Amino acid sequence: MTAMMAILFYILLRGASKLRLSLLIGQPSPLKGEYGFLPGLVNTLYIVVLTLLAAVPVGIGAAVYLNEYVGRSGRPSRLVRLINLMVEALAGIPSIVYGLFGAVFFGEALRLGYSILTGSLTLSLMALPIIIRASQESLAAVPQCLREGALGCGASQWQMIWSVVLPCAKRGLLSSVLLAVGRIMGESAALLFTAGAAVNLPKNWLTHPLASGASLTVQMYLGVSSGKYIDEAFAAALALAAVLLGIYLLAGILGREDK
Amino acid sequence: MSGRLTAENFHLWYGENHALKGISLTVPEREVFALIGPSGCGKSTFLRSLNRMTDLVEGVKRKGRILLDGQDIYLPGIDVTRLRKRVGMVFQKPSPFPMSIYDNVAYGPRIHGVKARSQLDGLVEASLRAAALWGEVSDRLKKPALGLSGGQQQRLCIARALAVQPEVLLMDEPTSALDPLSTGKIEELILSLRSRYTVVIVTHNLGQAVKVSDQAAFFLDGTLVEWGPAPELFGMPKDRRTEDYITGRRSLDG
Ligand SMILES: Nc1ncnc2c1ncn2[C@@H]1O[C@H](COP(=O)(O)OP(=O)(O)OP(=O)(O)O)[C@@H](O)[C@H]1O
Ligand SMILES: [Mg+2]
Repeated sequence: MTAMMAILFYILLRGASKLRLSLLIGQPSPLKGEYGFLPGLVNTLYIVVLTLLAAVPVGIGAAVYLNEYVGRSGRPSRLVRLINLMVEALAGIPSIVYGLFGAVFFGEALRLGYSILTGSLTLSLMALPIIIRASQESLAAVPQCLREGALGCGASQWQMIWSVVLPCAKRGLLSSVLLAVGRIMGESAALLFTAGAAVNLPKNWLTHPLASGASLTVQMYLGVSSGKYIDEAFAAALALAAVLLGIYLLAGILGREDK
Repeated sequence: MSGRLTAENFHLWYGENHALKGISLTVPEREVFALIGPSGCGKSTFLRSLNRMTDLVEGVKRKGRILLDGQDIYLPGIDVTRLRKRVGMVFQKPSPFPMSIYDNVAYGPRIHGVKARSQLDGLVEASLRAAALWGEVSDRLKKPALGLSGGQQQRLCIARALAVQPEVLLMDEPTSALDPLSTGKIEELILSLRSRYTVVIVTHNLGQAVKVSDQAAFFLDGTLVEWGPAPELFGMPKDRRTEDYITGRRSLDG
């Protein structure tokens, strides 16, 4: 906790002086001697959306399957315990390993190259355990009597899930998605290997996912490692930290309200 | 279609636990049938077997038959959702869905494909009237159901069950979580339902059983000790164990 405070304080100290809106939504222009994080910001938005598109349906679907179909009533079956163990293990893998796997699998085997899509698919693997675990928790918090009430009215299992369980768990599910968003926005190592380091605005908004693109975090890293934009990077880090703090706070509030 | 239930030598096991040991009885149509007996004797298990709610428990085995209007409800091809539409259920703890009062009552009809607004409106009003709740909520149908009192919530759950237009209504200790005033209202309600529905009710309250039931059955340790017209069962029980239970000498349970 104190370490975290120290880091935040240091970021605040170094970043605050350079923090301006134009830094965050401006473009880097060497001619004018200005720097801006707009490319990274846009790429990060692409990555967040694409990652969620892949991870949310699969993650919530898996949580529903685990909690409502196999895991219902009595002791969890061997399959559920095995899957839960795998989810735990996946959550513990360092992101660099995901990055290497994504580069080899999505980048080379599936020939997606260094691209925002490769990065997003890789991050969706990282986001899955987060979504599955948090969603399972919020589904488990839905009182059994509501399920019985729905079934007692003659609802099928699926109707019951759709019309009662998911609406009752919606805050918790949203919170699980926010946790994933926070993870995606804060990730850098895995993206460096997969989405590449191009600091450009999209040339074509539709095909941009197939282009290489540095996320906000990767752009910060590039800014620091070049030695030229260290204070600018700290300013962006400060803004990112504030946004992440907000996201995690909201996730925490939503996650708690269900219970 | 009338809602006559018959159990024929019905057994049920939760894993190794033999919870129902050969239950045979008939619930006549359009009467109130009370299930009484000490805690853990299998009343809820039997009640939940009548609409296959026990299917939800893993490791349940059963033997024997349960017939609804002569048809075995456990036959392989039976559509369980249709069965539960015909045999509705009200639970011990009032458990309205976290939606509006209207949506709670309209839940069942919507599930079963009723879409027309006017038809839903009609069903909602009729069900709330039948559950003796209309007068109290007619001006706030769009308000959240969770804002109602416990007794009102339980009547809402009864309305929710009635909106599906069942033939049989199963009630598992529907008043055990309520105050005396609400309990009285629900007892009156049960009496009024009798003309249109078959009602099977589990209760720990013997006074309530005497008040509302036409028929009664006494369960003990998974067996059916005796059953028959309520005045006889409560007035002059044939079995010594029933008499002991009714007169409060429960010590002979074991
Ligand atoms: N879901 C379940 N899984 C395993 N065993 C169960 C389950 N439900 C009930 N039992 C067991 O079956 C037996 C009968 O229980 P049941 O709930 O039917 O009794 P009851 O007569 O309704 O009791 P009470 O008056 O306390 O509600 C008990 O031994 C109980 O432990
Ligand atoms: Mg019970």
